[in-house]
Amino acid sequence: MKFIPFFVIIPLAAAFLIALLGKWIRRFPEILSTLIAFVLLALSLNTIKPVIRFGTLVYKMGGWPQPLGISLVIDGLSIFVLVLINLIAFLTLLYAFGYIKKFTEVWKFYSLFMLMLAGLNGVVVSADFFNFYIFLEVASIAAYCLVAFGIAAEDLEAAFKYAVMGSLASLFILLGIGIIYSYASSLNMADVALILADKPNVILIGFVSVLFLVGFSLKAALVPFHAWLPDAHSSAPTPVSAMLSGVVIKVLGVYTLARIFFNVLGVSNKLLFVLMILGILSMVIGAILAIIQNDTKRMFAYSSISQIGYIVFALGIGTPLAILGALFHLFNHAVFKSLLFLNAGAIEEASGTRQLSKLGGLNVKLPVTGWTSLVGAMSISGIPPLGGFWSKFIIIFAAVQAGYISFAIIAVIVSIITLAYYLKFQTFAFWGKPMVNFGLVKDITFSMKLATVILALICIFSGLLLCPGLKDFLYSAANVLSSPLNYKFSALLAP
Amino acid sequence: MYFLCLILFCIGLYCVARKRNIIKIIIGLGIMEYAVNLFFILLGYRTQGRAPILSKNQEILNMVDPLPQAIVLTTIVIGLALMAVVVSLAVRIYEKYGTFDITKIRRLRG
Repeated sequence: MKFIPFFVIIPLAAAFLIALLGKWIRRFPEILSTLIAFVLLALSLNTIKPVIRFGTLVYKMGGWPQPLGISLVIDGLSIFVLVLINLIAFLTLLYAFGYIKKFTEVWKFYSLFMLMLAGLNGVVVSADFFNFYIFLEVASIAAYCLVAFGIAAEDLEAAFKYAVMGSLASLFILLGIGIIYSYASSLNMADVALILADKPNVILIGFVSVLFLVGFSLKAALVPFHAWLPDAHSSAPTPVSAMLSGVVIKVLGVYTLARIFFNVLGVSNKLLFVLMILGILSMVIGAILAIIQNDTKRMFAYSSISQIGYIVFALGIGTPLAILGALFHLFNHAVFKSLLFLNAGAIEEASGTRQLSKLGGLNVKLPVTGWTSLVGAMSISGIPPLGGFWSKFIIIFAAVQAGYISFAIIAVIVSIITLAYYLKFQTFAFWGKPMVNFGLVKDITFSMKLATVILALICIFSGLLLCPGLKDFLYSAANVLSSPLNYKFSALLAP
Repeated sequence: MYFLCLILFCIGLYCVARKRNIIKIIIGLGIMEYAVNLFFILLGYRTQGRAPILSKNQEILNMVDPLPQAIVLTTIVIGLALMAVVVSLAVRIYEKYGTFDITKIRRLRG
């Protein structure tokens, strides 16, 4: 499978080219990076079919045999996340076309964005621990710089907080990798999984699990570790906050957590219980903090914490149905949260403020933004025909089926709170009496409208992923996590 | 020796968590990173081992593990990039706020 490294090489080369030429040629960074993201999206969509047919695709770097050399692996879960990353990246870049003009030195933004994309794709395709760590760092360092891109005082403060927390998390993960290497003498994930299954060592696995859990919870901003997220996500430029909230916390936090715990270390009941508690805590506290916010982006950031709580809670239930629900919710959340962030950015661009109390009546002036954010808000709070309903329904149904009825009731209540704060957002921003300076509100550019409309359409139709014909995409991803042995053997034995 | 690494890691963690000065937090991050690097080096170390270089006329009996060394080189480079980012952020923060004290750099709340 020759094309797998291109997921990393293409954005990396684009970042280099933009840094080299972007300063001299006008409009070159914008056009090149949007084109690159589109090519990557097409490539990942094109890979779905072979993955579903063959199960696992492996690329061996330099032709070295598997446990020794570095290999890149794409299986059902990887391709699921790859499609998600490149879809959101393409749409946010499309949006950035109209948005980014207010900054100077635009080429730096695009160069960093491409580096972040390379890092994210790399995390998903790499199959050994050390490359995994390197790509994790590439993505995170690019993200720290992007958060500080506006260099206002708040941006710098948020970026510093994010950088300290993020690098702390990376160091915990690196220490965990070191301990695993000392025991298994191998860095290949499938090989390590086999060795750990052969001679289990409870104390060592327990210690490493704690290190990884702290690291990935910091990256995913689960509740005791969430302090950096609202600052970073609300201070970043809008396309970046959409990318951070929609993709980065999921790839660096949730995907890595799922991959390492479910496929490599193996899950125990204790670990699942811890995940469930973390999920419930994030769900409840995120929702409660979101409802008292007055800043739109900050409200969405807290809402991200709450929705990540749903995903981790569903992973913690651990039944195949719950894992399916978790992955489906991951997809839906990426789509509607980036839609909502892009709309918050559009409101800020048009009216000059993010404070809900100062906004009002914008539906007349910004009809596209108003209707698309209504779709996003309905989807995130689980109104039936939209995608968000189906994923939440699966999660709650799985919780009841597994016997956690009280937790299921909490999940339903949190869903109602979610509806409440999105209704607050809609009423204050789009309905109600017109704001002060209503005459000064200007309409947003075409590229911003196009990106939000596409996202809203995906929101409406994402429930169709459960239909026959399309469901293989979701089911092959869920299978990787619910049958861990499958990954170990297929990744090692695949041609 | 491994125990000393762990102590060094904890010193760095304490420094990041408890200190109020931005520069001291950055130094704490540096200490943690060196602790992890030292841990990797110790993993590959064998007493009286020699470098694992293949040559025709000698047989190598006792050699150190080369993989952790390669890993540490890469980690140092990543750490350098991280330090550059964090220190330049600190410089910019000093320009904007006029202080390194994190209790005074609190414009984001809620």
